[in-house]
Amino acid sequence: MINEPFAAGTSIIHKLGPRYRIVIAVLYAFIVAVSYQFPVLILSLCISAIMAVCAQLNFRALVQRLLLVNVFILFFWIVLPLTGGGDIQFYVGPLPVYKNGILMSARITLKSNAILLSLISLIATMPFSVAGQALHALKVSDKIVHLLLISYRYIFVLEQEYRRLITAARIRGFKAGNNIHTLKTVAYLAGMLLVRAVRRAERVHQAMLCRGFKGKYYCLASFKPSYGNWIFTTFMAIIIICLAVMEWGNI
Amino acid sequence: MTESKTLIHLENVFFAYPDGRAVLNNLQFDFYKNDKIGLMGANGTGKTTLFHVIMGLRKPDKGSITLFGKPVSKEKHFAKVRHRIGLLFQDADDQLFCPTVLEDVTFGPLNLGLSKKEATRIAKETLTSLGLAGYEERITHKLSGGEKRMVSLATVLAMKPEALLLDEPTTGLDDQTKARLTEVLQVLDISRIVISHDFDFLSKVTEGVYLMEDGKIITDADIHVHQHVHAHAHGAHRHEHK
Repeated sequence: MINEPFAAGTSIIHKLGPRYRIVIAVLYAFIVAVSYQFPVLILSLCISAIMAVCAQLNFRALVQRLLLVNVFILFFWIVLPLTGGGDIQFYVGPLPVYKNGILMSARITLKSNAILLSLISLIATMPFSVAGQALHALKVSDKIVHLLLISYRYIFVLEQEYRRLITAARIRGFKAGNNIHTLKTVAYLAGMLLVRAVRRAERVHQAMLCRGFKGKYYCLASFKPSYGNWIFTTFMAIIIICLAVMEWGNI
Repeated sequence: MTESKTLIHLENVFFAYPDGRAVLNNLQFDFYKNDKIGLMGANGTGKTTLFHVIMGLRKPDKGSITLFGKPVSKEKHFAKVRHRIGLLFQDADDQLFCPTVLEDVTFGPLNLGLSKKEATRIAKETLTSLGLAGYEERITHKLSGGEKRMVSLATVLAMKPEALLLDEPTTGLDDQTKARLTEVLQVLDISRIVISHDFDFLSKVTEGVYLMEDGKIITDADIHVHQHVHAHAHGAHRHEHK
């Protein structure tokens, strides 16, 4: 089941204004993504970890998410040190392991985890619908916001339909294996899902027409101003500037 | 009845699916203000298609449609009058496409040009009248099947329609929700056509039952026979229409 394990909560971060969190998260992720120096990267990982603590995230769910990403990163650790070029650090059997590759893998690991942690802490801690409304309030194009919101709405319906299909296959004794029959069944499944999604889209569009939809979307949300938002924004802005100075300021 | 009170008038309407199967076959139909009609018929007899043709969601191959005294044939004609008829879809998941209940119920009123404040007021009123007060911030996809159906009805009613087209509104509902829906519909004084296989339900929320067969609506004498057939104790379970 698709769910939002972090969306509900009463932590200090959950209480902050969604718009401020989104802007800060984007700026912060950007600065971490373009940073190169290890002190900066290590510091940002620490800052992200502090954010995660502030958001009082469910530890298990957090580890699960991080693990998923780090499995991908593991592939970098396998490939890059062997192909990185430059100085050779040591040999594993006959294979040379390059220093550049190790450094590059380390940077990718630090960056991804820092960004991921900050995004989970700042953005995954709001319900998706609120994020959509906040994007709207930030003047992101209506079409993109509603594309996001409607995708979010129907991903659950599609998941349900997917599960129905899988169950239907299972109760008739289908077991996935490495054979043509499995491939064919999976292809049918994907096809059916696609057909159902298109049908569903048609019906939703019809329902929208029936309720007078004329191509314009409306957003109901209004956000309350609060001092906490500004304190948070100023504080994070200072941190982001400090990171930038550390990275490019030759300190 | 005078012509001005005819809400829906269909004349010689033909509709066939791309595979050539005729669903509406020279259909004649008049629906008047204050009519409360039940529509029964076997699966695939074109009941839903009829609703979609009335709403302009499907274009008939032949025939003419008049809504509220004005002939409608093109999308722009339908767009103008569509909000005056409320169609409740078979699958509530098709109808609830906004993240929260309040956003969904205000969607129609906002499209009609009402202010956010006004739309919110109407939405809250509508929800309260259906016993859904406090549901405003609920996430639509997390509602139960019965709740989804009631909220769908709220989204339709919030547009203040002059006629309701309800497409199998009791499908998948438990007895309790069905009883609530019945109660709500009995109180509502809006002209309606209700598709259902549930004769008991129809007898409570409508005043006459029509039968759909071979792409036509069978009325008058046939209805009385039909009602008689269902007058015995097991009426709700036996549905032989031939």
